[in-house]
Parts: sequence; structure tokens; C-alpha cells
Amino acid sequence: MSETPFIVLSAILFTIGCVGVLTRRNAIVVFMCVELMLNASNLALITFARVHGNLDGQVAAFFVMVVAAAEVVVGLAIIMTIFRTRRSASVDDASLLKY
Amino acid sequence: MIGFWLLAPVMVAAALGILFTRKAVHAALLLAVVMIGLAVMYALQDAPFLFAVQIIVYTGAILMLFLFVLMLVGVDASDSVVETIKGQRLMATVVGLLFGAVLVVGVAQVTVGAVTGLDEANAEGNVPALAQLLFSTYVFAFEATSALLITAAIGAMVLAHRERLTPKVGQAERAAQRMRDYVDHGKHLGPLPSPGVYARHNAVDTPALLPDGSAAETSVSRTLTARGTVRSAPALADDVTVLSRQIGHDGRRDGESGTTGNGRDREPGDQA
Repeated sequence: MSETPFIVLSAILFTIGCVGVLTRRNAIVVFMCVELMLNASNLALITFARVHGNLDGQVAAFFVMVVAAAEVVVGLAIIMTIFRTRRSASVDDASLLKY
Repeated sequence: MIGFWLLAPVMVAAALGILFTRKAVHAALLLAVVMIGLAVMYALQDAPFLFAVQIIVYTGAILMLFLFVLMLVGVDASDSVVETIKGQRLMATVVGLLFGAVLVVGVAQVTVGAVTGLDEANAEGNVPALAQLLFSTYVFAFEATSALLITAAIGAMVLAHRERLTPKVGQAERAAQRMRDYVDHGKHLGPLPSPGVYARHNAVDTPALLPDGSAAETSVSRTLTARGTVRSAPALADDVTVLSRQIGHDGRRDGESGTTGNGRDREPGDQA
């Protein structure tokens, strides 16, 4: 089974994640799109691990998952803190540094 | 290969759904679809360990964390459609389409040679082979991961911790405050009215009727009002009229008038 369909799927998912980060305003949805991009890159890593016949790609995907878990915990805590002080989870409302 | 072609359209459709749904909860559920699809993709490619980790860690832990935070932030917090930068949405879509086209075309044209397959690497099982790599070649990265996880846990605790700036308000202070509100603004002392209890509807989304026939706004939860699922009291009355006409009732209008839940201020059957 060739590797191209998997890589193309991974590219499509990554692109959708990118567009989501650029267009959505809700900080939690933006965060979900970042997760989508991480997952898409994981798919590419695992596909190339199979193509090259060694497990280094799978180990890399495993580390990506660990980093994503840590990132989600801290990121959601930051979103909660911002929500508590500003009563909003929109990325446009946190603009104090602009002025 | 059949699994791939069955799942890939579903995953792309769900991922596109994340872009277009207004409600964050729907986006989280669609993301769960994509992640379970990805888990199956991993299983298809001889990665059973990562298949399990993807389902347990991503779909089980991370998405549940997302849903928890969504519940804390409020389900009715939907996205605003106002663009802060003019034309940003259009520009982002165009850039995204171009980026996607370039990426897909570029990737599709590259060939990396024959697929080796993982049969040899997975000869003694996928998990032992991964463990062999993790605890030999990547052992320093693995140790650094533990430091990262500790840092993340402490960071989350520091961010979630809140110093108390004002003294804790106890029951006595609350009661005194309620009395003060009553004296100053005439605010009602007792609890909020309970939802309406009718012959055919007594759920929490049914507002109680005030003596003048209007619905009591405070008798239904604010969240239900924001979701737009509150029934309107006049519609309930119409409902009963239609029904009584259907069953050939002689027009006695029993049980359609609302009470504020405790039934003290209503005597059954007193309306002709």
C-alpha cells in the first residue's frame, strides 16, 4: 500500500487546521485547530516510519503526543485565567498590549 | 486500503465541520471523530501502540479536558461573526487554499522509493520494539519529557490558583446583604420562582405565569434562555385549546393556567 494517500490526507488536515487557526475567534476552537495540525503531522510521521521500515517515526509521534498533552494542560489553564478576568474566551478581546 | 478510503472522506468532512460550526461543543465532538479516524489510520500502518495511545490520551484525556473547559466557560459562548480585520476571513481562506494546493501537489509528486514496511522492525512485537528504542537511543529525550510533564502540572496549578483578595462571604453576611438589598432597592427576599407546573408541561424550560398572564423571566435558567429552548407560556395555552377542541372537550379550560410551582395561589377549576 503506497504512502501517498496518507501523506495527502495529512496535508489536507494540516491545511484545515491552519485555516481554522486563522479564521476562528473562540480561543478554545483555535486551540482545537492547533491540535488538529499536531495530529496531522503525527500521521505523516507514522506513515514515513512505515515507508522507511524503522520505528523512529513512531517514537517521534509518541513524543509529539506527550508534548501536546502538556501543552493542552497549560494552554487551557491560560484560557481559563483569561476568561476569569475578562469574561470572554475570544482571541480578539485580549488586546491590552495593543494600546 | 478499503479502511483508508472509507475513513478519509469522513475525517476531512469532520475537519471541515470544525471550521464551519458556530458552537464550540460541536467542534470538540467533530475533533473527536477526526482523532478516532486517525487512530484507525495508525492501526492500518502497523502502529498498534500509538493506536491505543491516540484513543486513550487524545480522545479520552485531551478532548475531555477541552469539554470540561467548555463547560466552565459556558456552552452558550458561541463565536462572534464580526471581523476585527476587514477581509481577514476571505484572505485566510485564499491563503489556506493556496497553501493546501501547494502542499498536496508537492507531496503527491514526490516518491520516496519502495515501501519497506514494518514487518521486520515489529518482528518481536510493536511495544517491545518501541520500548527498546525509547530506553536506548531516545532515553535522554524520554527523561526530558518527565521534566516537561512536571513543569506542565505545576504550571497548570499556578495558573488555576487564585489568591483570595476579599474576605470569604459566609451565610450570615449573605443574609445581611439580602436584607440590605431589600431595604435599599426593594429586591425580593425569598428564592427565585420555580418553573411553571401545568397539566401537560412541567419541565424546567417552562416559565411560570405571573398573575397578569405574562411569563416570569426569573423562573427559568439563564442558560436555557441563551440556548433559545424556553417554551413560551401563551403557546402552551394555545396548545391546550387545540387539544381540547380535538378531543371534543366542552371548552372547560382546566389545568392550563400556570402556577408558580407550589400551587398556593391557584385553586383548580375556578376558571370557567
